[in-house]
Amino acid sequence: ILLHTACKLQSRLNYSIRCSRDLKVNNLNVDNEGEVTVYMKFSFRFLLQTTCSEFDSSQYEVRRRYQDFLWLKSRLEDNYPTLIVHPLPEKFVMKGMVDRFNDDFIETRRKALHRFLNRISEHPILSNSHYFKVFLTEEELAPHRKQGPGFLSRMGETMRTMANSVRGLRSKLEEFDVMQEYVEDFSNKICSVDKVTQRIIKEQREYMDELKHYSSTYFQWAESEKELAEPLKGIGSCVERCSKETQEQVQHLSEVLVPALHEYVLCADTLKAVMRRRNNIQAEFEAKNEALASRKTDQEMVDDLADRVEQANNALRGDWSRWRTSMRADLKSALISSAVKNVDYYEKVSSKLKGDSFTVLSPFHISPFSFSSELQNLGL
Amino acid sequence: MIMADSGSSEEVAVICNTDITSTESENNIINTMVERGTALLKKMEISVAEADKRTGKNTVNMQETYTVYLIETRPAETVSEGGVPPAPDTLWRRYSEFELLRTYLLVTYPYVIIPPLPEKRAEFVWHKLSADNLDPDFVERRRVGLENFLLRVASHPVLSNDNIFFLFLTEEKGWREAVLETGFQDKVDSRLKSLSAMFRVKNPDKRFTALKHYSDDLSTVISQLLRIRARVADRLYGVYKVHANYGRVFSFMMLIIFLKKLTFIVSTPVDNLLLDFGCFYHQSVCKKHELVQYELEMAAQDLTYKKQQKEELATGTVRIFSLKGMTSKLFGQETQEQRESKVAALEQSIQEGEDALKEKNAESQEFVEKAWTDIERFKEQKDKDLREALISYAIMQISMCKKGIQVWSNAKECFNKM
Repeated sequence: ILLHTACKLQSRLNYSIRCSRDLKVNNLNVDNEGEVTVYMKFSFRFLLQTTCSEFDSSQYEVRRRYQDFLWLKSRLEDNYPTLIVHPLPEKFVMKGMVDRFNDDFIETRRKALHRFLNRISEHPILSNSHYFKVFLTEEELAPHRKQGPGFLSRMGETMRTMANSVRGLRSKLEEFDVMQEYVEDFSNKICSVDKVTQRIIKEQREYMDELKHYSSTYFQWAESEKELAEPLKGIGSCVERCSKETQEQVQHLSEVLVPALHEYVLCADTLKAVMRRRNNIQAEFEAKNEALASRKTDQEMVDDLADRVEQANNALRGDWSRWRTSMRADLKSALISSAVKNVDYYEKVSSKLKGDSFTVLSPFHISPFSFSSELQNLGL
Repeated sequence: MIMADSGSSEEVAVICNTDITSTESENNIINTMVERGTALLKKMEISVAEADKRTGKNTVNMQETYTVYLIETRPAETVSEGGVPPAPDTLWRRYSEFELLRTYLLVTYPYVIIPPLPEKRAEFVWHKLSADNLDPDFVERRRVGLENFLLRVASHPVLSNDNIFFLFLTEEKGWREAVLETGFQDKVDSRLKSLSAMFRVKNPDKRFTALKHYSDDLSTVISQLLRIRARVADRLYGVYKVHANYGRVFSFMMLIIFLKKLTFIVSTPVDNLLLDFGCFYHQSVCKKHELVQYELEMAAQDLTYKKQQKEELATGTVRIFSLKGMTSKLFGQETQEQRESKVAALEQSIQEGEDALKEKNAESQEFVEKAWTDIERFKEQKDKDLREALISYAIMQISMCKKGIQVWSNAKECFNKM
């Protein structure tokens, strides 16, 4: 079984990645009672088209699973510990029993994975990573996955992190302190905005439901009236329209603003991890530096580590401003889009009201002022 | 304040004190009333200007705080020499006094649809408004409702000529005594009891039945509408409230909340009032008609019974069981004299019965006529008022949309500058 939806995005470095999704049936079991269980493997299909000379061919098509993405991300983080790698969508969603094969969930994940790859391909350093190329071009990823540091070394790193955090850093560079503060602050704010937006969606949905009841009551009333029937139906249909527009607004929020906010919530965690790793590197250097005094290690090793610290710091500095720029652009565009949608919502509802009022209500308007002049008086 | 032709007391007294049984003079008065009634509102400007708090001892001698409303009246022909209108005459009234006035009107004019008073307690609350009678929003809504009540009574062709109503507007002290003196309270018991009783009328006037169904439907749909409206308002308020949380992050968002809150609160009074309108009106008139009809039918029944009795006596056949009949059978016939005197007595009673029936019939006819006139008037008024309400509702919604547009365009600009 192949399910197929596609979307396409150009990247700056001369290649485009088209991402679609696949549902492949692994095997089909029929047991004694005649029950059929289907084991399905979920993967995403990528079509890479490139004019870039670095690639042997101009078109590659591969299938990747979510685990493959995890692998790629961890490779990149290991190699470039202080670069900011765009986050992957979450492995599990905590909203109760979300069906892993639910259409919405898969679609959201697909989009997020696509964005992930595009971010990597836009990154000046990461896009040149060997692992990235392998990911995009090799048919089978399994042989490559065996390479690189395994589970045990990752464990070691965690323990070193813990030890270092107990020791603390000797020399603290002020610029990284500022960065740390910013990351904390950003994390709080973005989480707050994300939560608020989700609550707004929930409230809007309930509002929309009430509006449906409301409009149907007006229609019901219209049935028992004579002269008032038309005006009542008019108001009823305006309320109905309001409900419909609210629905569209909610959809827009869910499709545009929420994913953007959510990604940056995950980014905040990424940033914290980056800061931690940088601190580790510095701590390691400091530890060895101290050991130098008691002749437990040699100068060469210390110099190596010093270089490493220098490298890490520079990488982070460079990436920091790049990240902030793209963050600002992303959030700005999502927020502006929402604001525009809201304006649109009010304009549509308002024009429906004006239209209906003119045709249905105002012929009966007996007050000294006509309806249109009354609107004008109110500056509408 | 004395009006030039506020009406000679004798004319007005007739209306207040006599029962509804029709007389020719009343017919004459009705004609003149229509003429003069519409004139009252033209002569006087009436408004309920303010509300204030008072404390005092109530009937169980406990200290309580209550609200009073200032009624201002002023002659409508403002002679503009120099352009400054004369200062209005004012007095203060409590809600309970309004209630008393309304009860009086209900009893005295049973064929008229009496305008409603605003709610005694805050029902249909939204926004988790506590049903506190001292809450400023509630007081304001009530003030508007009381003003509308007075204006409607003053513009009614029949009601506006009532003296008690006039005194209500002009005499602060002594009004209560005047009302009680009319003795309407005696009628209150019987009429109000009948309002809540269920009558089975044999030949109901189809128009009234239809009207009754309509008013039942209307009151159902209106209370449903009000309830849902309160829920919608609640939900919308919830949406805006959540938006306020953005304010922690985006400082300009605070503006949004304010604007939206303000527009919100304005929304409820307008349509609420007119919606209360529909609820309570029809019911009382229909009930009164049933009462009259019932009395009519009782009288008719009475007459039939008496006729049968006479017939029985005359022909000597016993058709209806009666004790007299039995005893006469058992103990022998009466003498011719006795029978004749009984027949005469019965004929007298039958005559009286027929007269009463005629009277009741005429009464019923008149009631029906007057009631229908008023109902037609009410229907027109209702349609007009509701249309106005729907229009102002539409306008208010449009203006809310406009504010929404402003706020979000502003937000967009702020985002642009990020």
